[in-house]
Amino acid sequence: MEALDGNAIAGDLQELFGHDMTAARGSCRNCGDSHMIAELRVYLRAPGAVVRCPSCGNVVMVLVTIRGETRIDMRGIGGMEPAH
Amino acid sequence: MVGVLELVEETPQAKSIVLEPRDWPGHRAGQHVDVRLTAPDGYQAQRSYSIASAPEDDHLVLTVQRLADGEVSPYLLDVLGPGDELELRGPIGGYFVWEESLGGPLLLIAGGSGIAPFRSVLRHGVAAHSSIPVRLVYSARSLAEVIYREELMRLADHDGVDVRFTLTREWPEDWTGHRGRIDRELLQDVSWPPSEQPRIYICGPSAFVEAAANTLVGSGHDPSRIRTERFGPTGT
Amino acid sequence: MTPVSRGFFGRRRPVADPSRVPPGQYVTADFPVLSAGPTPHTPLDEWSFTIQGEVAEPVSWPWDEFRALPSETVTVDIHCVTKWTKLDTTWTGVSIDTLLEGVDTSAEYLTAWSDGGYTTNLALEDVTDGKAWVAHEFGGELLEPEHGGPARLLVPHLYFWKSAKWVRGLTFTADDEPGFWETYGYHNHGDPWLEQRYQGD
Repeated sequence: MEALDGNAIAGDLQELFGHDMTAARGSCRNCGDSHMIAELRVYLRAPGAVVRCPSCGNVVMVLVTIRGETRIDMRGIGGMEPAH
Repeated sequence: MVGVLELVEETPQAKSIVLEPRDWPGHRAGQHVDVRLTAPDGYQAQRSYSIASAPEDDHLVLTVQRLADGEVSPYLLDVLGPGDELELRGPIGGYFVWEESLGGPLLLIAGGSGIAPFRSVLRHGVAAHSSIPVRLVYSARSLAEVIYREELMRLADHDGVDVRFTLTREWPEDWTGHRGRIDRELLQDVSWPPSEQPRIYICGPSAFVEAAANTLVGSGHDPSRIRTERFGPTGT
Repeated sequence: MTPVSRGFFGRRRPVADPSRVPPGQYVTADFPVLSAGPTPHTPLDEWSFTIQGEVAEPVSWPWDEFRALPSETVTVDIHCVTKWTKLDTTWTGVSIDTLLEGVDTSAEYLTAWSDGGYTTNLALEDVTDGKAWVAHEFGGELLEPEHGGPARLLVPHLYFWKSAKWVRGLTFTADDEPGFWETYGYHNHGDPWLEQRYQGD
């Protein structure tokens, strides 16, 4: 199953954070590499969206919609920087 | 909610949906929308579609390609009609946007229905009288599956706009365009060299995008000048 | 409520016997592929199934030995938390009861773990007495990688995220330790008939 990318969760992130997040950068807590959100690998066909680091494959974010509310778990992200 | 004005057949497997932009805040070329469908019992399905119309256009246009066992595309292609309402969220995205201030030269690489956001980019460039040179490489399975073919040829008439097609499964006997999948040779032929630092946008199915991006980086292009957008399964 | 899209019904189909459909579910004839990550491709000569953790002695079977164990064919309904239900699916596999013969444990919980890092937690009582298998065939054919092959856990009485694809073993635990989806908010037990989708349901 091929992954999509962070563009596929852009709408959910925009609702969660109040503005576009696709060009923001996140660093992977596992390998330290930094990537733009749009370039993360996204597995959408799941009981949630699983977002993985394109360098090491580790899970950086998980979005789940529970009782109509979308929440995000970002424990796999080491840090974030806004878009330039 | 936006109102459906008309459906336009682009290819036997793809249609453009022309929408009335009610309360639409405007958009930038390269952005997308999330379309959400709700059944009478509350069941919902959602998909993302690139905005195929330019910011300067009167109407909002989305182009939908049929996915054989899809859930949403058959509805949009076969059931949705003029007068219906469509629930949209958007415009969404900033990463995959192109506008003149970002500069160029501009290389656009499209696979299958990945051409949709580039229609917006090309129309926007023309409407804005941009002098930034742009080259489009569009990979499709056959000539019949090239979306917006006539419009792309018209856009190619503009100075500074170059359009190349490559057909991967079948081509006419007298076909003078490229044959087969996009490869290093075709990209080197079409693209500006890395030294000119083109801005590169790639859109299409995941495997297509991955291959094109890897080839370009392998040819010396700076990864930070390459922007990618992956679609779900369609053919190239 | 959001406005209805005229004429949209999705891929669902009406069901002859609604008593087979848990609350909030829709019947599908497809077999949707859901995944939290890339499909692993472990060569069979590197594959093994291991029972470990809070057990007197861990036990492990390489592929040939696993396939030599007695297996059975069952036809069950499966229910995904994303609301699709598929009726009358046929699987062939080794019963967890068979795998646990000779395993000495007083632990009441276990974590099933898979290639690619996926985990899910289960109570021992949910995988014994003919309730669970490690399945290597679907519909009479070798289980395809995208559906969890070479072998996946099959626990049909719970939501299908508990039927871990690409399963490689069970680790017994003293306490119920949330696995992958459970950590992100899904229910520790997951009974579709009680609609236990999320923590707190």
